[in-house]
Amino acid sequence: MPDLKKNSLPDERGHFGIYGGRYVAETLMPLILDVEKAWSDAKADAKYWAQFDELMRDYVGRPSPMYFAEPTTKKLGGAKVYFKRDELNHTGSHKINNTIGQILLALRMGKTRIIAETGAGQHGVATATVCARFGLPCTVFMGATDIERQKPNVFRMKLLGAEVRPVTSGAGTLKDAMNEAMRDWVTNVHDTFYIIGTVAGPHPYPAMVRDFQSVIGKEARAQILEREGRLPDLLIAAIGGGSNAMGLFHPFLDDASVKIQGVEAGGHGLHHKHAASLTGGKPGILHGNMTYLLQSNDGQITEAHSISAGLDYPGIGPEHSYLHDTKRAEYVSITDDEALDAFKMCTQLEGIIPALEPAHAYAQVMKMAPKMKKDDIIVMNLCGRGDKDIFTVAERFGVTL
Amino acid sequence: MTNRIDATFAKLDRPALITFITAGDPDIKKSQSILDLLPASGADIIELGMPFTDPMADGPVIQAAALRALDSGASMKTTLQMVRDFRKNNTDTPIVLMGYANPVYQYGMDVFVRDASAAGVDGLIIVDLPPEEDDELYTASKAANVHLIKLVTPTTSDERLKTVLPKASGFLYYVSITGITGAASADVSAVKNHVESIRKATDLPLAIGFGIKGPDDVRQFAAFADAVVVGSAIVSEAQKPDGDVATFVKSLRSAL
Repeated sequence: MPDLKKNSLPDERGHFGIYGGRYVAETLMPLILDVEKAWSDAKADAKYWAQFDELMRDYVGRPSPMYFAEPTTKKLGGAKVYFKRDELNHTGSHKINNTIGQILLALRMGKTRIIAETGAGQHGVATATVCARFGLPCTVFMGATDIERQKPNVFRMKLLGAEVRPVTSGAGTLKDAMNEAMRDWVTNVHDTFYIIGTVAGPHPYPAMVRDFQSVIGKEARAQILEREGRLPDLLIAAIGGGSNAMGLFHPFLDDASVKIQGVEAGGHGLHHKHAASLTGGKPGILHGNMTYLLQSNDGQITEAHSISAGLDYPGIGPEHSYLHDTKRAEYVSITDDEALDAFKMCTQLEGIIPALEPAHAYAQVMKMAPKMKKDDIIVMNLCGRGDKDIFTVAERFGVTL
Repeated sequence: MTNRIDATFAKLDRPALITFITAGDPDIKKSQSILDLLPASGADIIELGMPFTDPMADGPVIQAAALRALDSGASMKTTLQMVRDFRKNNTDTPIVLMGYANPVYQYGMDVFVRDASAAGVDGLIIVDLPPEEDDELYTASKAANVHLIKLVTPTTSDERLKTVLPKASGFLYYVSITGITGAASADVSAVKNHVESIRKATDLPLAIGFGIKGPDDVRQFAAFADAVVVGSAIVSEAQKPDGDVATFVKSLRSAL
């Protein structure tokens, strides 16, 4: 069960400071309130968590290892670098931690149909997987652009029995997929549960998804204490919506000695197209919550860009906005080119092909580790594996497969 | 000064026709000419959509209208200017601005309501601002004699009404379907039953919208409503090469 003491935020209406909340159409409000009630019942139910824990162990393969990345550490010549290896999870990323939690909740609520949005396809695959496992029909909304750059995951979802619905509005990426999923939810409000893939959306989703993903940070904390006898000096994780990062960060928030860095997608650079909502955006309202958004002065949402489909989103989870404003966490950005260099280095040095999302985190490790002392410790969340990205990377390297 | 919405409902002895268009679609000039012809064609109240990039409650027709408007340079400022220009020749027909929270939030909720009121706006519908999150806009609207119109839907229970009604004014907008604008029409008898039960809890005029496409729908829903809203069908008509919004709106009005 999550440590309830650390869950003092959000408040009862889902606010983290000014962020979060419930900005949805009235049609959805009763359902959102139902989800919140069901979630608060489930959260207090030991049987619910027993089932969650069993699936985490036997189906997902948790705990994921804490790996000392010795080659990286030697090469960078500074802090000791550890990877929290959530890419070894069933389905290849941290996304499954959340979809298991949510489908158990959907079943408790008697819902008979599941919808989800996906960017890189990792959340779509993780949702399609639990729908197959629990026998519920699944529709995944995915931007047409993302379908093109994430073909292996599209096929995987279809194999698992999900319907993948292409979304052509806007730039055909994650934002548009989320709009379309919300439209479907409004239309099928009675029987449908929306499994949101990140720590965003209307309350209770940001807190609920965080609580599921915080299994990452809880394990990491225990593992590093056992291994090193002390807490790490720095945590690093990539951020699109921010669920893998929040999962790693949250159990360490009260540990003042632990520095926290979230890595946003800098795309072509902050003066060009990017997906760095905190460093390049300002607070606003979208997809059910108040948070930092990429937008024009007139409040129109601007298109994000990242080589990584999973980070290609103009918003960010509201709790990250709060941690940014309160300066508990620092948010930096890494460009497409830096992420590609990191992708290559991690693959060749560690024999681990990372997803393009954690390649952004690794690029930040490359910047930080050399500046730190040899007995300092960095824990990086290696939140997904890169099999899905080989087409994108091959294209960037000019290789025809 | 009496709010034009209140004056309109007080004056009419039949259900009102509410027409929706997106401000700036397909461009500001054409949109202004459509807006200006609506009252003479039979519109009693005009809903003017404030274009937004991510209209989550809207179907394909109004999504496309919003993007056309934005592409042609529409903004919150040009929308308010359209209202000012409309008011040069019309001082009676209520205008309700309908849109999403973010552009209003960026404008500054207080300042926006003041500017909108001064431009001649009578009401606001902000789709993604439920009563739980609307304190700032509610207070500002009340001070400026602008009605913050509340939505009720097929999912609104009697219990939920207790949260929605205390902040409702002007009229209640009943969303006839669980779904997005321009979708399939609602089941008339189900809507009738729910509307009748809502009337027990409020004296506000009740408008019905979403999925109302032509004179037949208008007639059916007007039988038990104080107003009916037609949106996507008008936006579609304006888009047709030989579209005639004036004649279409007249046909809707003649069904009342």
